[in-house]
Amino acid sequence: MMIRLALALILFALPLRAEIAIKEVVSPGGITAWLVEEHGIPFTALEIRFKGGTSLDAPGKRGAVNLMTGLIEEGAGDLDAQGFAAARDGLAASYRFRAGIDSLSVSAQFLTENRDQAVDLLRLALVEPRFDADAVERVRGQVLSGLRSDAKDPAVLAANAFDAAAFGDHPYGSSGDGTLESVAALTRDDIIAANTGALARDRIYVSAVGDITAEDLGALLDHLLGDLPATGAPMPGRAGWALAGGVTVQDFPTPQSVIRFGHEGITRDDPDFFAAYILNEVLGGGRFGARLMTEVREKRGLTYGVSTYLAPMDHAEMFLGQFASANEKAAEAVAVVQAEWARMAAEGITAEELASTKTFLTGSYPLRFDGNGPIADILVGMQMQGLPIDYAATRNEKIEAVTLDDVARVAKRLLRPDDLHFVVVGQPVGLASDG
Amino acid sequence: MLFRRLHLSVVAICALALPLHAETVTDFTLPNGLEVVVIEDHRAPVVTQMIWYRAGAADEPEGHSGIAHFLEHLLFKGTDTLAPGEFSDTVEAQGGDDNAFTSWDYTAYFQRVAADRLELMMQMEADRMRNLRLTEEDVATERQVILEERSQRTDSDPAALFGEQRRAAQYMNHRYGVPIIGWRHEMEQLSRDDALAFYQRFYAPNNAVLVIAGDVEPEAVRALAEKHYGPLKPTEGLLPRNRPVEPPQLAERRLTYADGRVAQPYVMRTYLAPERNPGAQQQAAALTMLAEVLGGSGTTSVLARALQFGDAKAVYTSAFYDGSSLDQGTFGLAIVPVPGVSLQEAEDAMDAVVAQFLKDGVEPEAFARIKTQLRAADIYARDNVDGLARRYGEALTTGLTVQDVQDWPAILQAVTPEDVMAAAEMVLDRRRAVTGWLMQDEENAL
Repeated sequence: MMIRLALALILFALPLRAEIAIKEVVSPGGITAWLVEEHGIPFTALEIRFKGGTSLDAPGKRGAVNLMTGLIEEGAGDLDAQGFAAARDGLAASYRFRAGIDSLSVSAQFLTENRDQAVDLLRLALVEPRFDADAVERVRGQVLSGLRSDAKDPAVLAANAFDAAAFGDHPYGSSGDGTLESVAALTRDDIIAANTGALARDRIYVSAVGDITAEDLGALLDHLLGDLPATGAPMPGRAGWALAGGVTVQDFPTPQSVIRFGHEGITRDDPDFFAAYILNEVLGGGRFGARLMTEVREKRGLTYGVSTYLAPMDHAEMFLGQFASANEKAAEAVAVVQAEWARMAAEGITAEELASTKTFLTGSYPLRFDGNGPIADILVGMQMQGLPIDYAATRNEKIEAVTLDDVARVAKRLLRPDDLHFVVVGQPVGLASDG
Repeated sequence: MLFRRLHLSVVAICALALPLHAETVTDFTLPNGLEVVVIEDHRAPVVTQMIWYRAGAADEPEGHSGIAHFLEHLLFKGTDTLAPGEFSDTVEAQGGDDNAFTSWDYTAYFQRVAADRLELMMQMEADRMRNLRLTEEDVATERQVILEERSQRTDSDPAALFGEQRRAAQYMNHRYGVPIIGWRHEMEQLSRDDALAFYQRFYAPNNAVLVIAGDVEPEAVRALAEKHYGPLKPTEGLLPRNRPVEPPQLAERRLTYADGRVAQPYVMRTYLAPERNPGAQQQAAALTMLAEVLGGSGTTSVLARALQFGDAKAVYTSAFYDGSSLDQGTFGLAIVPVPGVSLQEAEDAMDAVVAQFLKDGVEPEAFARIKTQLRAADIYARDNVDGLARRYGEALTTGLTVQDVQDWPAILQAVTPEDVMAAAEMVLDRRRAVTGWLMQDEENAL
């Protein structure tokens, strides 16, 4: 064999009879990837993550990583934006570049019949982006257009207001898209700095699922990623939490208020994470039967939908929820959420809720593994969270092991009704900012 | 398309090709009229059941807009043997998920579960096809939910309100002009009797299509379908779906909608356009290719190249067409101007590009790229069996057959540049169009 491959082959059975064989592949150049070979359909889904994302924006350069990400595909090497798109479409490949708060993601799908050309083209975008002046202005215009729309979108306003109050000057305290002012001021040098800071080999996570062998993947990775800078920009520090319990109303002329609420959450590696996960599912999992959905929607008709979720990020943890309610009903809906929060903090959940939630979570888990693209996405996520390669085989056991006492303990610790803050964007009747 | 739940996975079935014989499809019809389509995908032990009713918002009686979608919500309320909410609870107890959605031409319900739980899903879905039980209290509470849904998804969104107004202007005689969610004043009056009348007429085996997709064998599905759906009584005297036909449109219609919440003004124009018809999909295929050529790519399409590059007039342009409807659909163009360019200038620029395109014709290289992408879409589509299930369900409830679905990729590949130009000449007639301006204030109105 011409290349060296370190193959740790791990086979495990999902709770059903599906078997997914995940291999750890280390390329000759030292890039690690998780691979599932699936030769039934002649294409490959490749997922690449660069840790950091929009949180790497330098002070005063908010939106630089986002704008840069939007430009990766807009001209590279000897191809301008139209030339690049024509080449990509001629290969029927697809590349998606997205800037998240903690990572920059690259999602590629390409046919087996022209894989080498599709990878060459993707490499060109990753290693030799041009950032032509006209492309910068065009994409900047698109970003600014989106920001102007966001300024009129109550859901975005609520999220931004909540984040700003919670995290202040930390990157988590503002939208990674930047502001009209910050984006307008970004220079080509800022974009290049964001590019070399964000796309570096010291922060790469990779998975591949589809019609490709370990040998081919190893060679592909070195070719595709080997010429990126070895190191990138430093990660931001821990984000402190500055939001006390209460209500903030932001006036906005709309018949229906959008309400975002939450307080601090729990880390992904906390021993009680699975108990917290079950607790959230029972409280506001977004499904019918979850307590908030039952109390706010099914019994009272106060909303179309309400849900909560745990958000363990790299530099802070949140426990968040959201719903929309007619201005006349928003106060009642907020009161119902507060009451349910307090009830679960005091009483935990019932044995029936625990049992049915376990059945749902363990039964639904294998249904997520339904296609090359989704599986690749799951595998790269596991790596970023630091989970072992056999995690999928043990995950349901961790769910099953959670006891009522575990949930009661985490309920007391995690659910803090007095700390719960509601940001209300709209013209709610009977609600006003406090403090 | 309206979903019962907030969770909005976008299911716009893009008008791309389907792999010719790439998926294994079996279809048959039960004696009571239920059509069954089985799509096999044995890669994972998972199955999706979808039941599609040939009843949507365009089948509603006048004055009762929103009843099709309201009924979709109410179908989760219970039967003789299932308590309210028990349907979804049971699906979840099996680790599955379920949801439903309503369009103008159909209402569909689906569950996704481990393949060995299919029979329980079929038993419950068959049960609620004929045995729904509703209390006045259930109806009253759920009516508040759909009014909140309208507030959230339409009244809070000026673009959605603009779309509603444009559709109302587009269709003078056909119910496609009425929103799926319903007009608020009519939604407020929807009653239990309205829901049950719609239900008893349309929810029947001879008005439904069952699609089972995933790790299943056709003969086993047939046996289960006969056992659970076979005994259901059809609705007698169900008439063909002959809806009111649009009169010839002779005069362009124009409208402006101003709303202080608009951040990004734009122009949108839709032309009445023929839809895919059984055994006659060529014109729809040509229109599909026309939309791709004119505005399918944000970088290389005719509109994007002319308007988003160089001395750019637009932040975004698009051309769109979806032939999947029972009756006449629309072909659309849109332009979002850059700051400093008025809506009139944007519209004029868009029209100039279209006029030039009608002179120049289709660029061969671009045409070849689009066909390559459509062929590849056949391969990528096989990764998503749920998407295939939706494709068949939508086709069979909008007048097409299994054969039409399977013929579609080859028909797309057979489209010539001449076909595209003929379709363009036919459809791009301003006398058959509605042109709308969405703006923040009336100052620069028409």
